[in-house]
Amino acid sequence: MMNDLTATERLAVIRMKGRPTVRDYIPALFGNFLELHGDRHYGDDAAIIGGVGTFGGKPVTIIAQVKGRNLEENKRSNFSMPHPEGYRKALRLAKQAEKFHRPVICLVDTPGAFCGIEAEKRGQGEAIARNLMEFMTLKTPVISIVLGEGGSGGALALAVCDELAMLENALYSVISPRGFASILWKDASRESEAAELMKITAEDLVKFGVCEHIIDEPDGGAHNDPALTIQNISDYLADAIPRLSAVDTDKLLERRYEKFRKIGVFAES
Amino acid sequence: MALEDLFKVVKDRSKADVKPKEPKAKKTGPGVEIPQGLLFKCPRCGSVSYRDDFERNKSVCGSCNYHARISARTRLEMTADKDTFTELDAGLTSMNPIDFPGYEAKIASLRESCGINEAIITGVCRIHRYNTVIGIMDSNFMMASMGSVVGEKITRAFEYATEHELPVVLFTASGGARMQEGIISLMQMAKTSGAVARHSAAGQLYVTVMTDPTTGGVTASFASLGDIIIAEPKVLIGFAGRRVIQDTIKQQLPDDFQSAEFMLENGFVDMIVERKNMRSTLSKVFRTHNYTRDGDYVGGGR
Repeated sequence: MMNDLTATERLAVIRMKGRPTVRDYIPALFGNFLELHGDRHYGDDAAIIGGVGTFGGKPVTIIAQVKGRNLEENKRSNFSMPHPEGYRKALRLAKQAEKFHRPVICLVDTPGAFCGIEAEKRGQGEAIARNLMEFMTLKTPVISIVLGEGGSGGALALAVCDELAMLENALYSVISPRGFASILWKDASRESEAAELMKITAEDLVKFGVCEHIIDEPDGGAHNDPALTIQNISDYLADAIPRLSAVDTDKLLERRYEKFRKIGVFAES
Repeated sequence: MALEDLFKVVKDRSKADVKPKEPKAKKTGPGVEIPQGLLFKCPRCGSVSYRDDFERNKSVCGSCNYHARISARTRLEMTADKDTFTELDAGLTSMNPIDFPGYEAKIASLRESCGINEAIITGVCRIHRYNTVIGIMDSNFMMASMGSVVGEKITRAFEYATEHELPVVLFTASGGARMQEGIISLMQMAKTSGAVARHSAAGQLYVTVMTDPTTGGVTASFASLGDIIIAEPKVLIGFAGRRVIQDTIKQQLPDDFQSAEFMLENGFVDMIVERKNMRSTLSKVFRTHNYTRDGDYVGGGR
């Protein structure tokens, strides 16, 4: 276990060049990976990779948001900001996993869903909403892992799950700290102040009941020892997949509903 | 406008819903309010009309048919059969989960000025004698952003409707997730969508009526999940804010972008319905989904 970094320091760590991405994790974690393309409605979104593979000898479905390791890759995957067809591809693959009783592993790493004319025309809001509803009742285990940035509804669309794990330095928030500062204080330069205030670290989210498990990173961050990070993720999945697969489906869905049902802070008179 | 309308006795103006663009009414002393403007300037087409005429027209712009924002209470009066509304969960109030500076004070002042505890009213009522659960969001209250209370009230409304075999009609309006509650507000999107899923699985009807503005995390959760999605004319509906999109893509957006009409054209809304026809339209929707009139007041809607 490392260091007590502040949210701002963790923000710097997850933006570090050389931080592993799903392009590093998928081949290292899963065997027999076959990428599957397209949402069957409109197109294929390179911001989300989906496919099937094996983990511990058993089939799984993998759905992952794609941060680029360089500008070229980032341009191709739209800086990991999915369009509606990305979320619809994710849903198609999740429904396929349900049919074949495979667990779904979602790897979350996005600043948020893309904001643009085409995204609006094709129903970005509807696509995310549909995923929230459908994942809530998906009759197969769903595990989501936030790898770096978990930005807003664009992250949540792949994070309605039985168990949410976060890499130690990962952040998960209702909006990026910059966006938060810009909207609430009309001053984007107060990003760091926002990051501290918002309570967005893995530890914070465990306290809120949003995150169930924190996956250790090597000293200084995942980029310092990708192999160790991969091992830690693998250890977590080796525990979580059989544990959740053993739960009766009705009970699993009841627990998933309750996990989200109980989140909220209010007074009642 | 008929000549005699000019001379009609007008209702208490201090209860006017849609605030004019001029400075908001501010209390200058105990119980003393500066009267709001006599005129309404439409934020869509810019045309000016007498506020009384505008309000008599259900707060719809006489020139361009923009359906302006109205308070949840006014909406309820327009929508429910007289004296049939029973409110649910009125006692839920916000706390401050991330200790956001000034949040409690802001909520307290809105509770006072809006006369409601939070940004949504939920309850049971009749519409054209059909029993239904109803929820109405109020954009006067922090732009009806969704925090814990809004999420909880919507979730409970769906759970109540599931238990009592009732349809749900939600009038949506929102700036999105309530950022002042941090990640907790994001989770309300999942929580409410889960409750919609259960109500849907129980075979019950959910009708969304999108009003001005329906955006952000509300569009990206329960608002987009109705079996039937109705929108009022000319209202704003979208996921991302206009300014955010403009900043991202560095180009101007067409005027009708993210309007109800734009959403209809792109396939995300079933129909656009004028306020004056809303009750009769909802009545037809209930009728065509096997609900019957005059059921026991609460529950037993079928």
